[in-house]
Amino acid sequence: MHDKRKRSAGELGLNAGLFVISLILLWQAYAISGFESLSSPGALPMAVAFTMVVSSGMILLDNFRNAVRDETQFFRDILPPVVIVMMLFIAGYAVLLVPLGFLPTSFLFLFTSILYLRKRGVAFALTVSAGSLICVYVIFRVVFTVLMPAGIVPEAEILSAFGRMFGGAD
Amino acid sequence: MQELQYFLTPWLDPQLLFLVAAGTFAGIYIGAIPGLSVTMAVSILIGFTFTWDVYPALCLMVGIFMGGVYGGSRTAILLNIPGAPSAVATAMDGYPLAQKGLAGEAIGLSTVMSFIGGLIGIAVLAVAAPTVSDFALSFQPRDFMLLAILGILLVGSLSGESLVKGIFCGAMGLLIGTVGMDPLTAEERFTFGFTELWGGISFIAVMIGMFGVAEALAQLHHVDKAAVKQTITRIVPKWSSVRKYLPLSMQTSSIGVIIGALPGTGGDIAALMAYDHAKRITKNPEVPFGQGAREGLVAPETANNAAVGGAFIPMLTLGIPGDAVTAIMIGALYIHGLNPGPMLMVEQPQMFWFITGALVLANIFMLIFGLTGIRIFTKIVEMPRTVLIPLILLLSIVGAYAVNNSITDVYWMLAFGVIGYMMKQYGYQLAPVILGVILSRLLDENWRRAIISEQDSLGGLFKGILTSPLSFVLLAMVLLIFVSQTPLWAAFRRKIGLAPQNQDTLNT
Repeated sequence: MHDKRKRSAGELGLNAGLFVISLILLWQAYAISGFESLSSPGALPMAVAFTMVVSSGMILLDNFRNAVRDETQFFRDILPPVVIVMMLFIAGYAVLLVPLGFLPTSFLFLFTSILYLRKRGVAFALTVSAGSLICVYVIFRVVFTVLMPAGIVPEAEILSAFGRMFGGAD
Repeated sequence: MQELQYFLTPWLDPQLLFLVAAGTFAGIYIGAIPGLSVTMAVSILIGFTFTWDVYPALCLMVGIFMGGVYGGSRTAILLNIPGAPSAVATAMDGYPLAQKGLAGEAIGLSTVMSFIGGLIGIAVLAVAAPTVSDFALSFQPRDFMLLAILGILLVGSLSGESLVKGIFCGAMGLLIGTVGMDPLTAEERFTFGFTELWGGISFIAVMIGMFGVAEALAQLHHVDKAAVKQTITRIVPKWSSVRKYLPLSMQTSSIGVIIGALPGTGGDIAALMAYDHAKRITKNPEVPFGQGAREGLVAPETANNAAVGGAFIPMLTLGIPGDAVTAIMIGALYIHGLNPGPMLMVEQPQMFWFITGALVLANIFMLIFGLTGIRIFTKIVEMPRTVLIPLILLLSIVGAYAVNNSITDVYWMLAFGVIGYMMKQYGYQLAPVILGVILSRLLDENWRRAIISEQDSLGGLFKGILTSPLSFVLLAMVLLIFVSQTPLWAAFRRKIGLAPQNQDTLNT
């Protein structure tokens, strides 16, 4: 857990990063309309970017002075492997969503992540991911009518086939 | 009588009635399951209900809000894990009661008290909002500007470990909100030459990223925590015990409404203040506080539900959200083409009465669902996080995609999820970011209106602020927040039992 009196692993790095980003944003905000007038489009962006620079600067300075480190290790307490792996999984999901389509990508994502997190065996992961995907699909695709990328599965055809089966000719 | 008709709309339409019921039911579970939060659920839901009409969408969200605030108490009592930040105080006496085998009674009592608190909150909303709204019509742009700053600062100073971090987060949110074409002059702001950024960054992507993905990633730290099982006995509380705590519940409800109505303070603060109040006025509790005093359960539960009605007052009349959940509700209203603020009551009074009606209905459903199905409930909250977290992530992606059918929004959402996760790890709070994003447009427009009306003269603006009583009070409050960072205020916080705490200890 983060302790405000001590410096956690990587904290200085993040604060420095936020400070640098704030500086870049301030420069970008200045580029919008400079000091043209107080009501210019760049006025509020400059004011908030300036606030970001000052506040992140104060945080960084405070953090820098505070040399006492707590017991945290970056890859154990702050960004443990499990979080990195899940971040990669969701990044993979986002990349594959459009070309592969919603159903196969979601199934792949749920299956691999439950398998990885639960370590309970393939059968458990298969049943749970298939079951929950069906629930999600029915609720969101059918009830909420959210359109998701179809990809390689001809969902619309399957749905209308189901519709014909139960609802007659429409 | 027109008002009554609007008020009854959600009651008479079976579809709307069903949606409020479904929302409340879902909200209770969402609030209760550790790892799911109301903010998360409502922000993801905006994505899904985007194509709906405004009435059904509102019904669902109002239900989830009401149910979720209450649902947090369930796990606070059963597992000593507050399902929502507003249930932190509930755990202090609720869990000891459960340990004594009185879990059923504790849940029953908290349900009835939440119902009473909720009703009082809504009654105050119905009475006060039209008045506040009339008053708000006389607000100048500079007043709205000051109110927006005040809201962000309050959330920043109350929710996090330091005001400076809160200010940084609020400013970051405001900046995210300005990205894209300037609505007045069509000048590009922070677009870095990308045409994709002309329309700005979708605030829903930011919300889902920060409350869905960042939260789910943070939950991975304690993925293996096991649940404790409790036995459930009598659920419906005795009439005599309800009557006994009625006077206390009236007082704590008033605390709840007032705290809820202040911009920037919500159910969590209200619950802690009410708990402290109960502790002070109860001279001889049957059981000491902290060991299962029923007063300690009644006070926070009435206050946090009363705060819901209170929180809708600034949100609907001023367009200023009180906390992260109301910020997201405002986002939902924007999406449906509504503009919360003083003009809402004038132009669309039906909206206000409709929301009030839906709130009362949700409150009734909360009572019904709260007193039934608790045994099944205990099974469901034991749902393993190893399954829950992948599902939250999946729903976050689907929700972000659904708003604009745009994969770019998904990338933004993931980016903000990762940034939000890292910031959370180092004690930055995400609620001020969301408040900033939501209030950015309001602040920008009102700042420019205020300064243009003074012919670009800062001196004129200050003169205006200092000569108007309202603006002066608002400015004084903004300054007070900075003063409140002195040691004097820290002593006060300790007195009301509000130790600085991290969001992830609250949500887990």
